[in-house]
Amino acid sequence: MIRRVGEHALLVETGSLAASHRLDARLRLLADVEEVVPGPETVLVVGGRADQLIPLIEQLDHTPVHDLGGETVEIPVVYDGADLADVAFLAGISVEEVIARHTGSEFVAGWLGFAPGFAYLVGLDPSLHVSRLDRPRTAVPAGAVAVAGAYSAVYPAASPGGWRLLGHTTLPVWDVTSDSPALLKPGTRVRMVAT
Amino acid sequence: MTVEVVAAGPYATIQDFGRRGFAHLGVPRSGAADLPSLRLANRLVGNAEDAAAIELTFGGAVLGFGRGAWVALAGAPVRASRGGMWAPFWVPAGGVLEIGVPYEGLRTYVAVRGGICVPPVLGSMSTDSLSGLGPAPLTAGTVLALGEPMFGLHADVAPQRPISADPTVGVVRGPRDDWFTDDGFATLCAGAYRVSQDSNRVGARLTGTALRRARTGELPSEGMVAGAIQVPPDGQPIVFLADHPPTGGYPVIGVVAAADLPKVAQLRPGDQLRFRPVR
Repeated sequence: MIRRVGEHALLVETGSLAASHRLDARLRLLADVEEVVPGPETVLVVGGRADQLIPLIEQLDHTPVHDLGGETVEIPVVYDGADLADVAFLAGISVEEVIARHTGSEFVAGWLGFAPGFAYLVGLDPSLHVSRLDRPRTAVPAGAVAVAGAYSAVYPAASPGGWRLLGHTTLPVWDVTSDSPALLKPGTRVRMVAT
Repeated sequence: MTVEVVAAGPYATIQDFGRRGFAHLGVPRSGAADLPSLRLANRLVGNAEDAAAIELTFGGAVLGFGRGAWVALAGAPVRASRGGMWAPFWVPAGGVLEIGVPYEGLRTYVAVRGGICVPPVLGSMSTDSLSGLGPAPLTAGTVLALGEPMFGLHADVAPQRPISADPTVGVVRGPRDDWFTDDGFATLCAGAYRVSQDSNRVGARLTGTALRRARTGELPSEGMVAGAIQVPPDGQPIVFLADHPPTGGYPVIGVVAAADLPKVAQLRPGDQLRFRPVR
């Protein structure tokens, strides 16, 4: 289903993140498209006149693209987070097992939001699905590696935050001076490596 | 060539057309809240339309000019110590421009011939109040560099764009109107909504008849646009403006017509607006 979003945008319902990523790759090739924003079950397309985009999208080939977002990024993590012990307690496992399951998760950057460069990493081991903090921290440092709900993330810059901190990385995930400022883009595969 | 901010007024930022093409990386568009007024101010001083200028919220700035410069004011009309609205005027070397409080509207644009020059971030000089990208809001003592003029000065005065404190704006239904009761969109378009004190460059928060949801649960996060009327669980709508988050999780009942969005950006807390369905 394709929904209108005002005069200059459309929301395409994909039903799954994988389908969102496939459509994202196709839509980026269209002329007149200013923004393509994938979400867990949708893709927003901005540009031109919405009614003229509909036939273009309906004609798109929706078959899987080879090796989409094939890039894999390894993130070196020091597991020294302030909430590591709490996450182990909530999950009912040892700290060592939390680290093993976090490094063992096959993550994919689903979509970005909350802050520039903040990627929602899907694929977190289900035993590590824990709630957010009841009271968010006023300051979380850049590089903090955290979990909340079904997701993991690396804080791209210092900000307030309610996710539970497992550790930190010195690998920058956000660089505004770069032409490609985000290390983790929708579709990027991610693996955490304990250091 | 520089301009010195002697006083910034309540809230002043640098704005151009904003950051395009980075929404999927979590970067808000940002840029001038009232784009046509930025364009006009720039044209009046012979700048490219997308040159960076100063966006004042509730006026009140004082600017010092070490060397003489052409200046133009557009958007919310103010009285100033020199010149006037919608026409280029010359501020001589050593001159000071004192800008008053707008007598209608909210956001005034101050374009200086040559354009403001600060280091661009992701292709834009705009201050993004949500993400913190771009230069900090202006404070007393900030010295702003100027660029080179693009074109000659051709306009003496431009027609005034009226600013209403009680506008009716067009709204395109959806994309998530089906999250609301059958009369939800009709309710939005029936009565007046008042602009609340919490409004800012991210959005105009409205108070009025609550829009009730027809379903429970949470909407998965999805892409957002400027003009989107997002409705949190309390039923009070928010119209997204320039610094809106690129994704959001509350359903959008309708989207303000692009041509009418600058009218929303010029509303002050306490002003009211009405919505009218458009296709």
